[in-house]
Parts: sequence; C-alpha cells; structure tokens
Amino acid sequence: MASKKYWKSEAELNPNDSIMETLRQNEFPEEIPVDDFLGDKDNLSASTTNRRDFLKYVGFSTAAASIAACEGPVRKSIPYVVKPEQIIPGVANYYATTIADGYDFASILIKTREGRPIKVENNKEAKTNGNGNARVQASVLSLYDSTRLQGPLANGEPVEWSSLDASVKNKLEGLKDSGKQIVLLTQTYASPSTSKLINEFKEVYGNVNHVTYDAISEDAALDAYEAKYGERALPSYDFEQAEIIVSFGADFLADWQGGGLDSGYSKGRIPKEGKMSRHIQFESIMSLTGANADKRIPLKPSEQKKALASLFGKLNNSSVSVDLSDAVSKAVDDAAAEIKKAGNKAVVVTGLDDLNAQSVTLAINEMLASTSFDPTKPRYIRQGNTQAVNKLIQDMNSGTVGALIIDGVNPMYTLPNASEFAEGVAKVDLSVTFSTNWNETTEITEFTAASNHFLESWGDAEFVKGHYSLMQPAIKELFDTRQFQQSLLLWMGSDLSYYNYIKEAWSFGVWSEASWNKALHDGIFVLESNEEGETAAEVQAMDQQAGAGAAVAPISSAISALANSSAEGMELVLYPKIGMGDGQQANNPWLQEFPDPITRVAWDNYVTISRADASAMGLINENVANGGLNGSYAKLTVNGVSLENVPVIIQPGQAAGTVGLSFGYGRQVGMKAEMQTGVNAYALYQGFNSIQNVSLEKATGMHEFACMQLHNTLMGRGDIIKETTLEIFNTKDHSEWNHVPQVSLNHQEVPATTVDLWDSFDRSIGHHFNMSIDLNACTGCGACVIACHAENNVPVVGKEEVRKSRDMHWLRIDRYYSSEDTFDGDNTKKDEMSGVSQTKSGFEEMEQAAVNPQVAFQPVMCQHCNHAPCETVCPVAATTHSRQGQNHMAYNRCVGTRYCANNCPYKVRRFNWFLTNNNDEFDYHFNNDLGKMVINPDVTVRSRGVIEKCSLCIQMTQKTILDAKREGREIEDGEFQTACSNACSNGAIVFGDSNDEESQVTELKKNDRMYHLLESVGTKPNVFYQVKVRNTNEA
Amino acid sequence: MKKVLYRHQISKLFAFTIVVYLLLSNSLFAQQEDAEPGVEADTEVAAETADAAAGDVAKGKQLFNQNCAACHALNRKMTGPALANVETRLAEEEGLDKEWLYTWIKNSAGMISSGDAYANKIYEEYNQAAMTAFPTLSNADIDDILAYTAAPPPAPVAATTTAAASEGTGDSSGITNEIILGALVLVFALLVMMLFLVNSTLQRIAEANGVVLEKEKAVKRTPIWKAFAQNQFLVLVSCIFLLLASAYFAYGWMMQVGIDQGYAPIQPIHYSHKIHAGDNKIECKYCHSSARVSKHSGIPSLNVCMNCHKSIYEYKGNPEGPSPEDLANGYTKAYFNHSQHVSVAGIECQTCHGPVEEMEIMYQYSSLTMGWCINCHRETNVKVEDNAYYAKIHDELSKKYGVENLTAAQMGGLECGKCHY
Repeated sequence: MASKKYWKSEAELNPNDSIMETLRQNEFPEEIPVDDFLGDKDNLSASTTNRRDFLKYVGFSTAAASIAACEGPVRKSIPYVVKPEQIIPGVANYYATTIADGYDFASILIKTREGRPIKVENNKEAKTNGNGNARVQASVLSLYDSTRLQGPLANGEPVEWSSLDASVKNKLEGLKDSGKQIVLLTQTYASPSTSKLINEFKEVYGNVNHVTYDAISEDAALDAYEAKYGERALPSYDFEQAEIIVSFGADFLADWQGGGLDSGYSKGRIPKEGKMSRHIQFESIMSLTGANADKRIPLKPSEQKKALASLFGKLNNSSVSVDLSDAVSKAVDDAAAEIKKAGNKAVVVTGLDDLNAQSVTLAINEMLASTSFDPTKPRYIRQGNTQAVNKLIQDMNSGTVGALIIDGVNPMYTLPNASEFAEGVAKVDLSVTFSTNWNETTEITEFTAASNHFLESWGDAEFVKGHYSLMQPAIKELFDTRQFQQSLLLWMGSDLSYYNYIKEAWSFGVWSEASWNKALHDGIFVLESNEEGETAAEVQAMDQQAGAGAAVAPISSAISALANSSAEGMELVLYPKIGMGDGQQANNPWLQEFPDPITRVAWDNYVTISRADASAMGLINENVANGGLNGSYAKLTVNGVSLENVPVIIQPGQAAGTVGLSFGYGRQVGMKAEMQTGVNAYALYQGFNSIQNVSLEKATGMHEFACMQLHNTLMGRGDIIKETTLEIFNTKDHSEWNHVPQVSLNHQEVPATTVDLWDSFDRSIGHHFNMSIDLNACTGCGACVIACHAENNVPVVGKEEVRKSRDMHWLRIDRYYSSEDTFDGDNTKKDEMSGVSQTKSGFEEMEQAAVNPQVAFQPVMCQHCNHAPCETVCPVAATTHSRQGQNHMAYNRCVGTRYCANNCPYKVRRFNWFLTNNNDEFDYHFNNDLGKMVINPDVTVRSRGVIEKCSLCIQMTQKTILDAKREGREIEDGEFQTACSNACSNGAIVFGDSNDEESQVTELKKNDRMYHLLESVGTKPNVFYQVKVRNTNEA
Repeated sequence: MKKVLYRHQISKLFAFTIVVYLLLSNSLFAQQEDAEPGVEADTEVAAETADAAAGDVAKGKQLFNQNCAACHALNRKMTGPALANVETRLAEEEGLDKEWLYTWIKNSAGMISSGDAYANKIYEEYNQAAMTAFPTLSNADIDDILAYTAAPPPAPVAATTTAAASEGTGDSSGITNEIILGALVLVFALLVMMLFLVNSTLQRIAEANGVVLEKEKAVKRTPIWKAFAQNQFLVLVSCIFLLLASAYFAYGWMMQVGIDQGYAPIQPIHYSHKIHAGDNKIECKYCHSSARVSKHSGIPSLNVCMNCHKSIYEYKGNPEGPSPEDLANGYTKAYFNHSQHVSVAGIECQTCHGPVEEMEIMYQYSSLTMGWCINCHRETNVKVEDNAYYAKIHDELSKKYGVENLTAAQMGGLECGKCHY
C-alpha cells in the first residue's frame, strides 16, 4: 500500500518523461515574468518613488477611482438634421444584395441598423445560391476592416482621384494606337452589365484584352464543359433529386465548382418514407463531403482516376483494365451496381483537376440521363482561364502589354509564378490595381485604386443562366473609394454612374420585362419566359458544336489516359478550407478564429497526413501539459519549390501516400501581425493543378496549434451521437435504435426521462421555445457558427487564447471519429469489454481514431435545460429560468465564480478571461471604432469576468413577440428564428414554439428520431437532436 | 428602493443652510416683490388706453395669431412683410388708406389681377407668394388687428420681472413660516440670556452674603466623558451603534451611485418642453415618433421642428456649448423598448418621464432603477383589449392565477433575461 501512487496524467507513469520532470520542478507550467519587473536591482533602486509616495499614489488613485465611479457616464447623442424616412433609430432595415467577390457568389439580405450593415442573412427567396456559407456570413466584418485603403495611391503615396484619373487616361490614350495591349486582369464577375461595360471599353480603346483569373482554378471542369456544350461554364447539379451520389474527390458540400450545392444535398439526406440518398465518396483528404458520406474510400488522386475509368467501363459495359486493389475494385463494382439500379436517379461528380476526369463524369451523367445533372442551366460563377493568365505573363515579359488593370484578384499572392508576374509588371507602362486592402499586388503596381467593399457597390450577377441577382450598396463608401466599373466608365469618358449604367442595361437588355424596383427589392430576378424552348434549342446547337469544336480527346482516349495514370511518391492535394476559401478575407478575425470543421484547428493551415505515413517519417502530434496541441514541422517540396516549416496534422481518413494542404493562408503584406498565419500553399500550385507530386521531409521544432477539440473519438458513448442505419430505421421500432437510457428508481429500471429531482415548471402557457437539430441534414459547414458570432457580439480572443481552450464561440460543432470502422463497432467494443486490464487497454485503443473512420458532426450550443444544473449552483442567481424555456444569463449579476460552467454537462458556458473590447491586447475588431460598427446594438458586449452563453437569440424572439403585440396578431410558425436557424439553409436547425401544435418544431419533437443530448443526466433540454441515419444499404 | 431617498443627503444639508441664510436676507426680497407687479400693471393699462379708440388690441392680438402669424411677424419679414404700424406706414409712404387694406386682405389676388400698382409691387417683392384671402374677416376685425399692429410692443423687461415675481409669490408662504420660527428662536435666545444673567446676579449676591457654594465637590466628580470612557459596556454599545449607523448611511449613499434622478444637463439648444408640450399641447409622439415602433424614443430631427416653425431667425443658445446629451442614461444596463410600453401597453409618457409639460429644462424624473421598473411591472395590468396576441395566453394565465386582470409580472415581466441580454 505504501507504494500507492496518485497520478494526474498518464505521462506521470513514465519515469523518463522530461516534461513531467520539468513540471514537477515548476509550480507554473508557463514562466511568470517576475524577474522582468522585480529582478532588476538597479532599476528598482534608481526609482525616485519612495514608500510614502507609493502610499500617496495608492490612496489618491483609490479615492479618485471611487469618486469617479459616483459620476454616471455622459452619453452624447446627435440627431439627424433631415431624418431619412426609412431609418428609425432602433429598428433594423433589411436590403437584398449580392456578394460576388470572385470566389463566393450568393444572394443575401443585409441587416442594417441606423444605416450600418451588421449582419448577413440568407435570401430565402433566391432559387440559386441563396445560402451564404461561413465566409459570406463573415463578409460584413471585412467592410469594417481597419486596414482598408482609405483612398487611391500612386507608388504608395496618397493621391487625389482626379490626378489618378488624369494620369491613367493620359496613358491609355497614348496606348490607343501603339499596338500594345491594354489588359484587364479580373476576378470572375458573372455580371452581364460588367461584361457589357468591358466590351464598350474595348470599343473605346481597341486592343483591350480581358483576362479572367480565378485564384483557385476550375479550368478542367470549365474546359470539359466547353468542349461538350460549347460554352465556358459549369453544369448545374441538384442533389435533392439524387438517390445515389458518387463523388471522386469532389468536395461539393464546400467550394467545389463554386459551392452552394449543400442545401439540396441535405434535403435528400433526411429519410422520408423510408428513403434517403446514398453517398459514396472516393477521396484523398478528409473533406467535409467525405465526412458526410455513407461510404468513404480513401484513395490517392491517381487511383481515383483509375477508379473513375473503371466505373465508366462498368457502366458502359466496356472493358477497362486498371490495376486497383481488390477492395477498391469491389467498391467500384458496388458503386456501379448501385448506379445502374438507380438509373437516372444517380449522379457522378469529380473534383479531380483533370480534363479527362471531368469529361468522363460529364459523359457518365449524360449516359445516365441523370435528373440531378442539368447541363442546360450553365453556372457562370467560375470563368477563370489559366491559359490566358499564362499568356498574359508571357506577353508582359515580352513587352507587348502597355497597361495592366487588375481588379478583385491578388496575383502576386495567388500565382505560383508570382516572381515572373512581378518582372512582367515592371515592363508594363501603366499598372493599376483595384483593391480594398494594401496587398502583395498593390505593392508592385504603380497605382492603387482603392475600391469598394461589395456592401458599398452596385452590381449584378448571373449565377445560373436566367437567374439574376442584384447588388446594391447598403452603406455609402466609408472612405474615398471607387469601384472598378465606375472607374472604367470614367476612363471611357462617360459621365454615367454605374448605377445608371446597370439600370440602362436592365431597361434595354435581356431584362426588359422586369420591373427594376421589384428586382432590386427582391435582390433576384428569374427570367421565366420562353426559357424552356430557348434552352432546348441551344442545347441541341451545343451538342452539334461539341463534336466539331473541341480539342478534347474522345472519351475512349480520356478513359485510357485515366486508366494509365500514375504518380510517383507522395501526392499533394491542395484544397480550400471552409473558413478561408481562397484567402481574400484572411484579414477577417471571425474567419481566422473559425475552427476548421474537420480538424477543429483555427488560426492555421497545415499539411494533413495519414497516421501510417506520419509514423514512418517520425512526424507526431501531441497534447502538451498546458492543454494545447503540438505538431511536428515538415518541409514540402514540389518541383524544386519548397515550403519550410509547414506544421503537420495527423488526419484520420487521409489516404496513405497523400498529403493535403489548404490555400488561403500565409498572407503577409498589409495584414495585422495577428492575422499573418499559416503558409502560402499557392507557391506549390504549379500549372494551376491542385494535385502535385510532393516530397516531404521532417523539419525540426514543434508547432503550437490552436485546436479546439483535443479528444477526437466518441469512445463508444453512443448516447451523445445516436446513429442507426437506414435498414434498421425502416424495419425496427424506434425504441431499438433510439433507446431511452434507463435509470434505477426504487430498484426498478425506468426511462431516465421519467425521473425528476425537481418539480417541473409549468410551460404549457405562452411560448415554449424548442430547437431541433437534424444530424442527417447538418453537414458541419459552420455558417451557423459565424452567424452566431455576428448576431451575439461574440468576441474574438486570438490564437493564444484559443489554444488555452478559451475560445468564446456560443455554438460549436463537435466532430467525432469512430475508432473502429464504424461508431456501431465502437459501441459493441465498449459493451464487450470485461475485466480491468481489458477495459483499460480497450479504452486506450479507442482514443485512437480509425484509419478511415466514420465521422459525425454535432452542433452544440446551450441546451436550455428545463432542469438546468447551472441554475442551481449560481450563488448570485445570475442564471435563471424563464417560462419560455430559455435559460437566462444576466451579465450584470454574474460575479464570475464559474460554478455554472463546471456544473454544465454540455460545456457550453464560456468565461470572459479578459476584457476583449477597447483592449489593444486583442487587436481584432473590438478595439477600433471601425470594427465596432459591426456590433449588434441589441446585445450586450460582455466585460471581463462574466460567463456568457447561447441565449437562444432572446433578442430575436422578443422582437418577434413585440412585433406581434404591436400589430395585435398571433405569431405564425416560422416567425421565431435564431441566428443559427436563419443561417442554416440545409434545414438542419429548426427553431420554434412547441406550444404551437401546428409548428414544425412540435412535429419534429414527436418524431421517432428525436433524442436529447445526455438524456440520462435528466436535464430535460429544450434543444433536441434527430438520430443520424446512415444509408449503408448496399445494392 | 428606499435607499434612493438618501441620495440627496448632502444637497439637503446645503438646502437647509441656504434656507437659514435666506431667512436672514428675506426682508430684502420681500420689499422688492411689492414694487414689481405695479410696473407691469402700469404698462398694460397704458397700452389699453392708447388703443381703445381704433380697435380692441386684445382681440386684435388673438385674430393676428390665428390668421396672420403663420406668414407675418410684427417686426421682421417672414413670408410676408413685417406688420408693425402697417397702417401708418402705408398711409405715409404709399398714400394708401384703410379701404385699400380692407380690399387687399379680403381679396389680394383680385387686386393683383386688377393691376393695382402697390399690390403688384409687393407681390413681386415677396417671390410671387400670393397672400391667402380672408373674406371672412369683417372690417371691424381688421380694425382690431390693425390696432394690435399699431400698439407699442410690450417692454421685454416687464416680461422677465413677471416671471421673477411669480416665483417670488410661490415662495412667500414658506417664508412667513420661517419668520415665525425665527422670531421663536429669537425669543428663546433672549430667555437663555436672561437666565444666564439671573444666575450670575444670584451668584454675586451669594458671594457677597458669604454663602459657600459646593463648587469644589462638583470639580472632584469625574467628568462625564471620563465616566463614559470607563464604562466599557457603554463604549461597546456606542461603538456598535456608531458602526451600524455609519453602515446604514454609507449603504444609503452608495446605493444612490449611478442613479441620476433629477439630472438636468444644459443642452446646447434651449428647448422648452413647457412651451411645446404644455402651452401648445403638442402630443409627445409627434416629435418623438420613433417611440411608437422602436426601442428608442428618438431625438427629433431638425426637419420635424420645421414642420411647424417657418424659420429659425434667432438663436439664443450657445452653439459652442455642450453637444446634445442623452438624458435617460439609466437603462443602459438593460434592454428597454419604448414601443412595448408606449404602443402595446399604452402607457402615458408622463408615467416615467414626469410632468414634462411643466418642465422648462428637462430633467430625469424617475430613478430608472431596476426596483422602480419591477414595482411598476408588479402593479400594472397588461393591456389586452383588442390585441389578438394576448387573447389565448391571457385566458389561460388568468385561469391559472385565478385573477381577472394580469399584471406585467404575471405575464413574465420579472424574468431576468427579458431585459438583460
């Protein structure tokens, strides 16, 4: 007994652990800088302050502070001179507008308060791209970026627009007949009026070349579509129609082909009448899409190509010989069988950056006559042409380019061959960059034309043929800025404003029958008339063209090229992260702090690698004593270009022999120091191909990650995420697959939901708010996280604090891996363990995620328990209960004991360790006047030392109630919303009044799939989940 | 809530001192007061006698304000010309008689079209703004108005003295009480002095008569403070009493921190709610229209002022002065929505803001503390009439609580999170 030893962590059991040795010597794991302020004897004795003075100062400051505290603060308020009719202080106005920044395209509503845009909402009336992702939700903060350019510059020095215009016009005039090109290098606009404008600009100056450039290219898909259908565009997909979706590396729930496809997918994933779609994913990295798949096969890109070729052969009943492993061949066989069974309800997509692969999938979908695939509705949201970009660089270097006007892109950051581009720019007579921020490209161009944020701009966009969306400014230009189109008009010598230009285009162009005001009000306009006839005719024409036109090889040669694809060594997959996309908004603190849905790492990009490869190379991830995640560094080399010190994340599900690296990080120029995170993956984006051969070397040192979830597996705790298969769901009673936990009451097993320690509140009268979260519909995209951030003034705390688990998100999306092949396997393993040693070793094994795990996402916010453990332990009654089911939090009352956070079984209460507003230590957006404009005036900005948590957006429910009271009417279902339920276009989050028998949430509450998180604890939450059903039915 | 009462302890002390001071200086003011009303009375009488012959000035003033004041003033140009002494001016400068004026006032457009020289001149001079015709005014009415325009303007001095005088009269009853009290104090002091004198006289007589007083004994007795110090029980009790008392007052004082009841900042524009809401009976929500729909009542914008005012020709405020200050600062720690109270509950603005119609300078009437809010929520019934929103919930809740009318508190108006979020 004497040798009995208590241990705090298992590392202590290892006698040779150096960290433990160090920690044993130090009381504090981090060094406390006592020496800095007390160690310097000279400094101390040199001080002129003696003890008496010190006491005087203390006395005076105490007295002064107490006297100052007696005086209430004086608030100045200045009224309007002429108040605009629509603006009522304290009442929000919504305007329909459009984001079209070249990467994200969406029809949105913008909420303004007292003329300030403060929040992005989805435009629910839009049929296409009406759902904003996390980046779109966060884009409103980029408007208030304190590093924005405040006026035009010439060679880095501020100038007047008039002088910039004069010099630009002068030079353009001079170039008119010189034979040199004037090049417009721009983002994808998908804007009919901009196209018209650029054509007119061409007419004025002749010799104008418009090059469209997408930082992350969709060239292969665009070329394949062009070859087949004669137009440079992307096909439309509607996954709601699909019974089976087979994807080869297409991350279609994220940004594949411009994104916006997830809501259709989610609708098809909710089991209805015993049916839901089935999703098979072949991919290399663990993508958001792969994480949602029913069956996921990790494969190298080169093998994906072979598998795709093989699938084509099987569907076409032709023989394609490929060398694939047996397991993969079987998976392809199964997929082929299922596709054949589903017939035209099947769809195949690919994200492989390869013309052949893209052509083959188009051919497969056409062969299947897939109803989910619609080539007659081309999408215009990606138009970049890498050939043209390469040609431009050549032309510049050969001196045939006279003027270069750049808008919406940052080639010096996003081009792999940026140095060549820079050399080229030096040989150009006139270079102008339109940009909202000082960046890598503005650095090398002569003129910087400070341009508008999209919320200050006019514009239009045609996302899908015939589907138009209008952009209107929600605020006057904050600075002395001007948008690209307006400048083109001026330089053409036109005195038209771009607003009038669009309006004219609308009255004389294709939209003649549209009422401008209505379209502007709705933000969208769909061209309905003669759409059918016209497009049908066009498609025929396209088909005829296809045979003649393209340089694309016939399908047979594409198949053989795919079948023979091979790669040596490691394959690198470059991908955009959900939070950062192509990196345009890297200066946006909300997005930096947004944890990646898969790795749950914020403020970084990293190379993802499989466990097997990592251990072969000696790369490790470890959790260290202060609760942070550390990872080794690696050096990546592609064709002689190296990236040093790239941190490594060991990613379950990563295909062996592949690594992944995300774009969008590593920006330096014009960025706040805090935002300069990660490494620039564009350097490895050679030939604009997202698949590269790479060599990986271990580098010295360890990287400190800001990771929000250190424990990755569910450990067989099946009551946190309840899962079942479609077969069981369809055939068995819900008590079997949605089992209510039992507890012992008077030695009888009874359902936990029937046992109560407390008397129940009476919530039958008035409203009773409930929220349903459907784990089948939730893809984990995180739009809700940012929407919550924006609505509730959640502070950004920065990388160091996130690393210490002090992130402030009110809504987190937990991501779990299975440690066996399935979560079901975990449950079985846990249940079958017996004996101490087996249990110990068994649980240790279960901490490790499987090589290709099942993945589950679970959004968790305050569960608003009817029997809330937090309420009973608060010594000052700062958190209390309401009849409406919301668990209240009075910040004024909170003294910061954190008892509630400790007693919360869901760990949703966040503590303000610091004052984050008006504090320059947190240099994000709460410390400057500009950034503070985004604050929602209806929600308190919390101070240091108080707990905060989800309120079920009580400011929104109260507003809804008040509106109804004022209008003297009852509230209809669907009126009650929260920020997250509004942001979720997938229908995963449904909010409403469960005392309203007709409401959707009441119906969902009675659903067989409904369960509460940790039901056995007896907290009776008002947030409930729907059991995740996986379609594992093999055909 | 009671604690709020102590917030003006110090100011009350000051007030008391000032009252005492005033007591002594009272007689001075009292004399002035008598003299002043006479001045005003004199001027009024003078004015009346002067104009009695031509027309009734008082009636003329009323008619002028009803009909003419929108476009004319006495001493300056507005939409139309200044009208002071218009009759004499026209007669002397233009040779036009009263008949011309009668016709002009009753039908100006007719005169212009008939080609009258001066009518056209004045029409051109004032940007071709046609004067409204007043066919309803009789000649006698016009005489009254002309009499008013001819009367000399009342001296501004008189106006100010009136104000001062009326204030003085308001205080007079208080002052008589003070005089009586003062007299009593004086009598009491006299009594004390007499006693003292009597005592010393008696002593002198005793000494003269050789009577030995027991003075030595008295000296030997322990002085009261020493006795007090030696009695430990008493010391302890007094200490406890003192500590409790100081704690009580300290608590009371501290509880008033941040409560700005009575706060009346000087605003850059001297805007009188008394004139607008009181004298002219303008509905509060005419200017503070946001209160109907918004959480803020709103500071009216200039264009709201200009709905009624034709022009701002004179500004007596201090443009360099402080910028407009938000008076009701108190509810910054909670969410408060005006429209909920004003539109839904139908509460009068005065319930919280006090007698605004009597305030020359706006001040914070209520304490705006949480206790104050909650008290009202406990006592006020929810206004449910004709509001479909309340129909169901009110029936069910009143059945549950067994009451006919629900208070805001029973409706859930005491829940923390309803205001704190």
